Amino acid sequence: MARTDVPVRTTTPPKPRLGLGADGTASPLGLIIKIGVLGVVAAIAVWAAFPLIATGNWIGLIILVAVSALIFYVYLSPRVIPAKYLIPGTLFLIVFQVLPVLFTLSTAFTNFGDGHRGSKDEAIAAVEGASVQQVPGSTVYTLTLATDGDPATGDIVFLLTDPATKAAFVGTADGLEPLANAQQSADGKVTSAGGYEVLDIGQISARSADIVEFSVPTAKGAIKNQGLSRAFEGTPQQAYNNDCDCITDRTTGQTWTANGDDGVFVDGQGQALAQGWKVNVGFRNFAEVVTNPVIRASFLKILLWNIGFALGVVLITFGLGLLVALVLNKPELRGQRLYRSLIILPYAMPAVAMMLVWRDMFNTDFGLINRLFGLHVNWFGSAPSSMFAILLVQLWLGYNYMFLVSTGALQAIPADLTEAAQVDGARPFHAFRTITFPLLLVALAPLLISSFAFNFNNFTAIYLVSEGAPFPPDNPQAGATDILITYTYRLAFGGAGAQYGFAAAISVFIFLIVATISVVSFRRTHALEEIN
Amino acid sequence: MHSTRLSALSAVAALLLAGCASDAGADAGTRPSLLIWTGGGAGGEATQALGARFGEENGVDVKVQIIPEDLQTQFVTASQAGRAPDVVMGAHDWIGNLVQNATIDPLQMTDDTKAGYQDLAIKAVTFNGQVYGMPFTMNNIVLFRNTALVPDAPTSIEDLVAKGKALKAAGKVDEILALPIGPTGDPYHINPLFTSGGGYIFGTKDSGDFDPSDLGVAKPGATAAYAKIRALGEGGSGALKRSITADNILSLFSTGKAPFMISGPWQLPELKKTSVKYDISPVPPFAGGQPARPFITVDAAYVASRGTNKALAQEFVTNFWSRPDVGTSLYAATSSVPALKEALATVRKDDALVGKVADAGVEFGQIMPSIPAMAVVWDPLGKAEAAVVGGADPGSTITAAASAIQAQIK
Repeated sequence: MARTDVPVRTTTPPKPRLGLGADGTASPLGLIIKIGVLGVVAAIAVWAAFPLIATGNWIGLIILVAVSALIFYVYLSPRVIPAKYLIPGTLFLIVFQVLPVLFTLSTAFTNFGDGHRGSKDEAIAAVEGASVQQVPGSTVYTLTLATDGDPATGDIVFLLTDPATKAAFVGTADGLEPLANAQQSADGKVTSAGGYEVLDIGQISARSADIVEFSVPTAKGAIKNQGLSRAFEGTPQQAYNNDCDCITDRTTGQTWTANGDDGVFVDGQGQALAQGWKVNVGFRNFAEVVTNPVIRASFLKILLWNIGFALGVVLITFGLGLLVALVLNKPELRGQRLYRSLIILPYAMPAVAMMLVWRDMFNTDFGLINRLFGLHVNWFGSAPSSMFAILLVQLWLGYNYMFLVSTGALQAIPADLTEAAQVDGARPFHAFRTITFPLLLVALAPLLISSFAFNFNNFTAIYLVSEGAPFPPDNPQAGATDILITYTYRLAFGGAGAQYGFAAAISVFIFLIVATISVVSFRRTHALEEIN
Repeated sequence: MHSTRLSALSAVAALLLAGCASDAGADAGTRPSLLIWTGGGAGGEATQALGARFGEENGVDVKVQIIPEDLQTQFVTASQAGRAPDVVMGAHDWIGNLVQNATIDPLQMTDDTKAGYQDLAIKAVTFNGQVYGMPFTMNNIVLFRNTALVPDAPTSIEDLVAKGKALKAAGKVDEILALPIGPTGDPYHINPLFTSGGGYIFGTKDSGDFDPSDLGVAKPGATAAYAKIRALGEGGSGALKRSITADNILSLFSTGKAPFMISGPWQLPELKKTSVKYDISPVPPFAGGQPARPFITVDAAYVASRGTNKALAQEFVTNFWSRPDVGTSLYAATSSVPALKEALATVRKDDALVGKVADAGVEFGQIMPSIPAMAVVWDPLGKAEAAVVGGADPGSTITAAASAIQAQIK
């Protein structure tokens, strides 16, 4: 069968399938911006690739290449228009939301924390390294660091002097030998020796990694440097034995067997070595949250106050903020701008410092509040007064923000609506309640929900003011003003070092609570929008 | 159009090269450098000056970074991320945690070097039979008294309270004693009273290391001690109050509102700026009680396990940081007791007060435990202390604190 040539249509030039202007980016400015952004993407990709290659993280490298290729393809191709809009948002969502959540989740299934940070091999190296002790009766040598040959590449050698006899030795990776042709300074330090290059401090610094690795083997252990001018003969007291998967002490014979479930070496009495390693513990952290008697006993009480606190802060700050906004929204008011700036002023001060100032103002004997009103209230000594103090601080810190957003929302409501209501004979309060307020809520409801979610986990509000106090005498773990996040912080970090795995498991629970409340609230705001 | 595209592609290539370049520069310099992390305050600034001195003497770039907050946590995190400094300065009670995270190396100290230091300083930096840090300053709390109001040092807590009460009744002072407690307690400052009443926190093993399985808070002595502390509290003589905190003791004492203050030598620089006349004596015991033992805390320099320039770091810590002139410089900045005997002898000639702090420490001091389990103790015991000072029953309160502590020790 003969092929028939189809005549090429020459009226419109063929569109390129890929290229900088292929998707119709015609204006020079658009083109330049696109070049710039793609260039930055390429630069970031190259910058991120080096550490990934250096650590041999090939999966990470493949993801990096794939994501960069996808970005280039999407923005150089004439098609996939929707993807051009979706990609930035999706990438940021993954990087800033999904990855942290996944990381938290994966941490929740481990015992990651103080004493359990690295791998088993790192723990073994740490145990052995920490047990190096000077061989009893051995010499502490005066040391000169040198190389056999070129200072930059030659093998490291130790030029050693016995401080008592002034006898000189050379220590290599093969062992210790007498050094014949050494020149020594008055204090015995070798200053030169034929065939060896004495290193200056810059050369030592450049070879630091090799010096750390280097040691001179001896019959009883090895000679290691301690700084630049001393070396000692040391031997690790504890060594790992592969056969029994245990660590043995040379002098006492005591053994610590590896326990893979907990990531520790334990002896017969159940005492563990300080250095452990990270292991997967399955659902143990979650089980501990649910079954821990301390958590169970206090959880409900804390959750109730937590919700009450977050809700209370939103209600009082919004209530006062709105009231002030309404009062200052009268166009005929003189000095309106001055009042507004004065109200916003506290909002501009650092909240952390303000909380500490407030805490001191509540001091029983020396605080401003008790002195001013002639009271003698131990504010953080009883639950109601401590709660009141915390809410008062939050009111002072937060109503200005609510004032700000309410003022904005009020000005966005068309004046003719309320004027029409007045013409119809509605009294001002009635008009406000039936027209202004519902319209305000439509605009502000998402802000109020986010304010609730923020205050639900407002760690500093509690920690810097009351620290959770008062605490019942029989339970130092759960204070009357503790919220979940301060309470769990104490459990996870106040104890035997940081327990990130346990903390992550608790955060998962808190996340579920906040997510549930937020989803339900957002559903409710849809009902509000019906008013529109 | 074609040339635009070409130039555009070359621009992309240029930015790509920029990405490469930033990484290539990292290992270019061979000039030796040493990175030191230290906490803030006067000690931090003095360390910067001393770091510069070491740099000049040895031809090294020394960079001293002041980490004002959470130095210990930041150091552990940085070590894990492979960005550790070469040397870190910190309190001796960090050692347990730093060792369990494999972030510091033991030092090989010769017997001569050890002999130059106060015994307690060397004991404090010894953990599991190894010396981990080069001590430089040490602290313990003492009793400051206003000599215009109280000429003679009280012989017992009862004597102190009686003198304070008399002054208060005469309207000369507002408070009997400025001892920081606060709403959540302060077990560090109450330790002399706690030990004098018969309490202890951890026992020691034969090796001298602290024993986490011997928790003194769970023993009857702790309850007995807190019964005595309660009698001094808000429902008793009123010498101890939760409204007195670390933030207001100095102003109470320096303005003459309180005739006594229990605190450490770090108050001396500020006190010298005020007009109050004062003297220092050991914290007195309860009449007929055990000795009142303040905690000894030691500041030390550590060689980081994962630093980049370990040989230089060891040189700095073992040979430079142990020099008497370094010790006196650090004393001058911090008013703390030099750990080195020779430096202490020099300092004592001009500053009798620091000598008195040192003597109180040598005679009565108790090393603050550095085992990781100690971290569990502070919070529950502090809250129990605050509750008892406020009038709670010592028996049930201390038992609850002890069980909270035991539940967390692993």
